[in-house]
Formats: sequence, C-alpha cells, structure tokens
Amino acid sequence: MKELLLGKLDKNALPHEWFTIGGSVTFILMFLAVVAFITYKKRWRWLWDEWLTSVDPKKIGIMYFIVGGFMLLRGALDAVMIWLQQSLSAGSSHGYLSADHFQQIFTAHGNIMVFFVAMAFIFGLINYIVPLQIGARDLASPFLNTLGFWLFVAGVVMVNMFFFLGGEYAATGWLAVAPLSGTQFSPGVGVDYWLWSLQISGIGTTLGAINFIVTILKMRAPGMSLKKMPLFTWGSLCSMVMAVTVFPLLTATLFLLFLDRHFGSHFFTTDLGGNAMMYTNLVWMWGHPEVYILMLPAFGVYSEIVSTFTRKKIASYASNVIGMIGVSAFALLVWLHHFFTMGSGADINAFFGLMTMVIAVPTTMLFINWLVTMYRSKILFKTPMLWFLGFVGTFSFGGMTGVILAMPPADFQLHNSLFLVAHFHTMTIGGVLFGALAGISYWFPKMTGLRLNERIGRYAYWCWVSGFALAFVPLYILGLMGATRRLDHYESSTGWQPFFIVALLGGILIMVAIVLQVVQVIATIIQRKQLAVSGDPWNGRTLEWSTAPVPPAYNFAVIPEVTGSDAYWDIKQQASKKVVYEDILMPRNTASGIYISAFAFLTGFAFVWHINWLAIVSIIGIIAVIVSRNFDENTEYVLSAKEVEKIETERNKEFASKQHDIKKYEDADMGLIEFIRVVLNWALKTVRLKK
Amino acid sequence: MSEIKIAHHLQHERAAADRTLFGLWMYIMTDLLMFAVLFAVYAVLQNSTAGGPHGHDIFSLNFVMIETLLLLTSSLTCGLASLSAKNKDKKQLFIWLVATFLLGAMFLSLEVWEFSKLVNEGHTVSTSAFLSSYFALVGNHGLHILAGLIWIIVSSIFIRKRGLTHHMQRKINAFSMFWHFLDIVWIFIFTLVYLRAFI
Repeated sequence: MKELLLGKLDKNALPHEWFTIGGSVTFILMFLAVVAFITYKKRWRWLWDEWLTSVDPKKIGIMYFIVGGFMLLRGALDAVMIWLQQSLSAGSSHGYLSADHFQQIFTAHGNIMVFFVAMAFIFGLINYIVPLQIGARDLASPFLNTLGFWLFVAGVVMVNMFFFLGGEYAATGWLAVAPLSGTQFSPGVGVDYWLWSLQISGIGTTLGAINFIVTILKMRAPGMSLKKMPLFTWGSLCSMVMAVTVFPLLTATLFLLFLDRHFGSHFFTTDLGGNAMMYTNLVWMWGHPEVYILMLPAFGVYSEIVSTFTRKKIASYASNVIGMIGVSAFALLVWLHHFFTMGSGADINAFFGLMTMVIAVPTTMLFINWLVTMYRSKILFKTPMLWFLGFVGTFSFGGMTGVILAMPPADFQLHNSLFLVAHFHTMTIGGVLFGALAGISYWFPKMTGLRLNERIGRYAYWCWVSGFALAFVPLYILGLMGATRRLDHYESSTGWQPFFIVALLGGILIMVAIVLQVVQVIATIIQRKQLAVSGDPWNGRTLEWSTAPVPPAYNFAVIPEVTGSDAYWDIKQQASKKVVYEDILMPRNTASGIYISAFAFLTGFAFVWHINWLAIVSIIGIIAVIVSRNFDENTEYVLSAKEVEKIETERNKEFASKQHDIKKYEDADMGLIEFIRVVLNWALKTVRLKK
Repeated sequence: MSEIKIAHHLQHERAAADRTLFGLWMYIMTDLLMFAVLFAVYAVLQNSTAGGPHGHDIFSLNFVMIETLLLLTSSLTCGLASLSAKNKDKKQLFIWLVATFLLGAMFLSLEVWEFSKLVNEGHTVSTSAFLSSYFALVGNHGLHILAGLIWIIVSSIFIRKRGLTHHMQRKINAFSMFWHFLDIVWIFIFTLVYLRAFI
C-alpha cells in the first residue's frame, strides 16, 4: 500500500547530511523571505497578473535573467567548492568533501552553468531584443513562449530538488555517460533528477526555438529582407535553427536512457547487447552543437556592440552573416572530437579532426570583420565594448588551444585532462558569459531606462578578466603536467598543489567580480535620477533603439518601415513623419504555461520516485490543459487606436519629464567608496529611526 | 466594424494561420528527428539479440500487412475529412473523422495485441537490445497514434459545440498533416523493421 502511494519515497529521502540540510534550509529561508516580502508589500496580485502569467517577451526575458542570475550564484558556489577541495586535498589531506559528494558537485556545476545560466541569459536576450530588432509587436506564439519559460523553471526546480528529497544528485559528470548512468552503476535517484531536469527544460527549449524561427522568418517589419536583418537577430536565428536540429536528439536519447533505467531495457547497458558507446555518440551529437547554440547569439551581440561603439556600419555585413552560418553548419559535424580516444578508427578521427579545425575559418572571418570595423575608428570604451575586447583576447586564446585539442594524436595525450577543462571554460566564459554580460550592459538602458554604473562596471570587468586568467591558466599548465579532470585527491609529490591554490585565488577574484556586479546594479538603482537615459543612449543603429526605454507591451505604436541593415540609423537621417495610430491585437495573459509546467514537473518527480499513479494523473493533467488552451478562442484582445494614442502621449510626457542633459551626468557614476558611504548612511538612518 | 477593419482583421487571421502552419512544419521536423534517433538506434541494435529471438522469428508479415493497410486507408479518410472541412461540409466531415478514428483505433489495438503477445511469449523490452529498440521505435509511433486519436475526439466535440469555424478548419488541417506524417513514418517502420527482417 505504501509503495503504491509513495513509490520508493520514504523517510531516508529526507535531508540528513550537512549539505542537504544546509541547502534545504537556505532554500526554504530564501523562499520564506520572498513570500514574506511580497505579502508585506501586498504585491501578490500584481506579481501574478503583471509578471508570472505575462506573455510579453520583454517580461519573460527579464524573468529569464532573474532565474539565470540566481542560478549563476548557485553554480559559482559549486565552482568555489570544487577549487577549495582541489587546493586542499593533496597527499595525506583528503580535503573536506567525500569523493562521491565531490562528483555530485562538479556534475551539478556543469548542468547548472550550461542549462540554467548560459541558456537563461541567451534566451533572455533573444526574448527581449529580437522582437524589438525586427520591428514586431509580439512573437508568433506568445503562449509557447511562456510555456518554454515555465518548463525551464520546472527544470531549475528539478535540478535543486535533491536537496529536499533524495539527498543525492547524479555523480556522473554533466552528460551522464553510459553505462555509468545506468541502474547498475547509479542505482540512486540522482541520475533520475538529472534526466528529468534536462528533459523538461530541453523540451521547453525546442518549443522556444520553433517559436523564434517562425517569428524571425515571418514577422519582420515591412522592408526588412533577410539581407537587412540586424546581426544579433541573425545570430539568434542560426542558434535557434541549430536548437531545433539537435534538441530532439537529446530528448530521444534521454527517453532511451529513461527506458533503460525505468523499464529495464538494454540500449546503453553492458549486457544483453546494449551499446554504451552509442550513448556517447548520441549525446554529443546534441552536446557539441549546444555550445554553439549558446555562442552564436553572443557573436550577434558582439557584432552589434562593435558597430555601435565604433559608430560605423559593420565592415562587411555579408561576411559576418556567412561566418555565422558557416560556424553553425560546421558545428553540426564535429561532435566526435569529444571522444577520439573511444577508437572509431584513424579515418573517422581524421575527418572529425579536420572539420574541427575548419570551424576556425568562419570564426576567423567574424573576428577579422570586427577588428576591421574597429580599425581607424574613434572607439567609445564603455563597458559593453570592454567585455567585447576581453572576449577577443580570451576567445582567440581558447580557440588556439581548441585547435591543439582537435588534432587526434595530441588529443590522445590531453583527453580528459585539466587542459581540456581550461579550454572549454575559456570558450564558455570568455565567449558565452562575456557575451551575455556585454549584451546585458549594452541593452540595460533599453530594459530599465537606466544606464549601468560605468565605474563599478569597469572594476567588475577587470576582476572578471584577471580572475579568469588566474583561475584557468594554472589549469592549462596542470593539464600539460598530466592532471586529469574531476580529481578529488592527488599525491603531493606531483607538485600540483601550488597551481591549484593559484586557481582557487582566481576563483575568489571571480566571486569578487560577481559581488561587484551586484553592487553595480544596486549603485545604479541608488543613482537612478542621474543615470536615467533616453531611448537611444549609445546612438544605436538598429530598431530596438527607436523605442522609448522599457518599450510598451506592443513594442511599436506604428510599425516602422525598413530600408537598410541599420534601420534606425536610416530613420534618424530622415525627417520624422506624422504618426497615425491603429488598432492593435494583443495576446491575453495566460497561466496555462504555468499549469502545464507544474504537471510536467510532477510527471518527472513521479518517475524519479516510481509513483505510478502520480505520473498518470500528471500526464492526464498536461493533456487537459493543452486541450483547453488549444481550443480557447478568446486569447486576444483589441487595443483601440485611441487607447494606443493615450498610452503613447502619457509615456512621452513622463519620459520628457525624466529626460535631462545626459552630458551633465556623464561622469556622475559613484565609486565604491561613495557606495559604501551611501549604504552606511542609509543603514544608520534606519537604525536611528527605529530608536 | 467598418470594412477596413474587417479587411484588417482577415489579414491578421491569415497571417496567424500561415504562422501556425509553418510552426507545425517545424514541429513535425523535430518529431521526425526524434524518430531518426530511434531508427538509427534500431539499425545499430537489430542484430544484438543476445541469444534471444531475431526479427524473423517473432514477426508475422501478414499481420503487419493488415496493420499497414488499415493505417494507409485511414490516411485516405483523413484526407477526405480535411477536404470536407475545406468545403464546410460538416456532416461529411464527421463521417470521415469517425472512419479515421475507427481505422486508427483498430490499428492501435492490433499493435497492442501484438505487443502483449510478444510479452506473453517472454519477449519483453528487457530480453535483448534488439527487442528494446523494437519496442521503443514501434511503441513511440503507437503513442503518436494515440495522441492523434485523442486529437480527433477533442476536435469533434468542439466542432459539435461551436460549428465549423475558421479556427476549427485550421485545427482539422493541422491534424491531417500530423496524421499523414505518422503514416509516412509507419511506411519506414514497415520497410526497415518488418520487411527487412525477412530479407
């Protein structure tokens, strides 16, 4: 009876180790704090109506940033724990983590950083910016977009669920290679949590990608042919096309692994004909392009930034687009370089090695294009541009180490060494994360009407770049010295410990950088009067800058006509026309996405613990919500021309009152000392008031 | 509503329908890719029988032929259904939808019967890698058919309730694309799984 009701769930699943108790208590406290705050402010209704059920891609974009930012802290904490263990655990000392716990930490670190931080930031940017850049009022399917977001949130909850129930995460590495991930070697629930968090958020990604492809191809403003599309939109399109190509492979592979684990089939087992190497193939067929799915929108961000801050058209629009398409095409043909050592034979290894090196060609096209654009121009060194320059340095360096790894004979030496770990962190931090941070600081004025504090931003930037070098250059050296990845302990005679300690210092510097970024945002809010900006603070070139900061829900009161690849630049050169408003069809808010994701979460949870009735009920729930949403014909409402005019006049008035001489406050940004002074003053004042 | 407004509205409707259709094509492509993985896995594992039965030991070609004919005929009736939806002929539409449903349901019950027969003979999903991949591929197609059947029931209920509106015509069109897609996948299953076992 108990098994029928609760499956394998029993009281042993409750937290009983220091890290699960600590984790659950932290999460519960944070949750209670948020709940208390919202209740105190009486903002529940507002939160539900304005944000959670919103179908506005701009709001969904912001929610992606919030969840992603939170998960960045979580993943960074994992990283510091890994570094700390490695710098302590030499010789007779075994550090402070058990081997098993250490394995769970690096697995969670990888999953969280790729799926729930990088993906979140990239999807956040695409959500906010792409509709604005192509002059669209909305997405092709606003509903699918919220559904994608909430499935992503369900994945986030699932990946942290082990703190509360189960007490163990997968200890398999971020891709859970078979047969290690089978029930024979991983009998616990850790791999199941891993599987369902990826499965649910992965399906969300596929749906989101379909939505964005349709939006970009079908909903551009009149006159914007593909050849005139902004480069960030091009990067996003390439990325989304890759996503629909490879995410189904992940879904199918995870489905097979689920059959293995749940129904005792033999796809990836070691016995009865199973083929574990097939898992490696399938999962990397998705896994390699996944990195480029993250990278291409970042390439787009850099293209926009270079063009804006050199105040020039990009040097060669065509080669930039060809470069991005080239990278995405080749990216689908290189997956085998992740396992040259598996023994596919010399010919196959040679082919994939060559393809991997060839990818450097379109990438170099992009780099040359950016550098040529910068050549002999008067560059504005604002923080977005700094992030770009940091990217050029780190990414080129990482790319060269990638070419070394692409040679099969060299790879046989370096495979699974810390050299590899250093390489892919150079690419993902230097490329993707810097790109996301560059994009956020570039578009922050658009999203909030405030420009970010430049001074503290520069501190954060320099801490990031130097912390990064300090943390990962030692890993390259360690890799060449023979240190393998995922080491929880090594002999002191290897002489590795000093390098690991330097890496830890670098990690701490990165944490300082992250803290500085939080400070940067708070300082910006404190100085919100001085830092308020117009809709076009950088003298931008693309359509998103033509809207007032924090664009209205319908983005454009009047859909712009596009004549060139730098649409807004062209518009700025012309005299302004008289505005004629029209009725706008707006999508209604919906909570269906939340319900479906909640049921999807319960389905996954039920399969993790073998609670069959809950799985059946949840699946029926999903179908019921989908049906009721699908046949709901009342999903839109009309915003009449009069109302639009009213909103626009009001917004313009409010905006004009906020606007002032931006030049006057150009260097008004407070520094760290000023920040500490203001915060202390505020704290003292509150204490005195209480007394 | 003024005439301009109606024209505007129609234009909006058409654009939305166009986008839905394009999105559906994209979805079908992603679904096809999932089937591609299952086909590839089957191709790799079909001889990994681990001492258990091979395909030609347990499949019956005649039986599968009947299944195939049922599904192909359902594709015909489904096409006729979408034609009568286009002609706004509600009565005909119901006849063809019911026919499609019955043929699909018969196909599915035959498949369930075949699966249970195999399981009763001791050839389960955990017997060998070959049988795992067979059940995964064919079973996944069966699950899609089940989704199609639910789609028919739900659409019919809503058409009865609301009449054959634009909205409903679009739904029938989308269903018909989905159903034909399942048919094409089945032709590959029939060829690569069943016929191939006897060559």
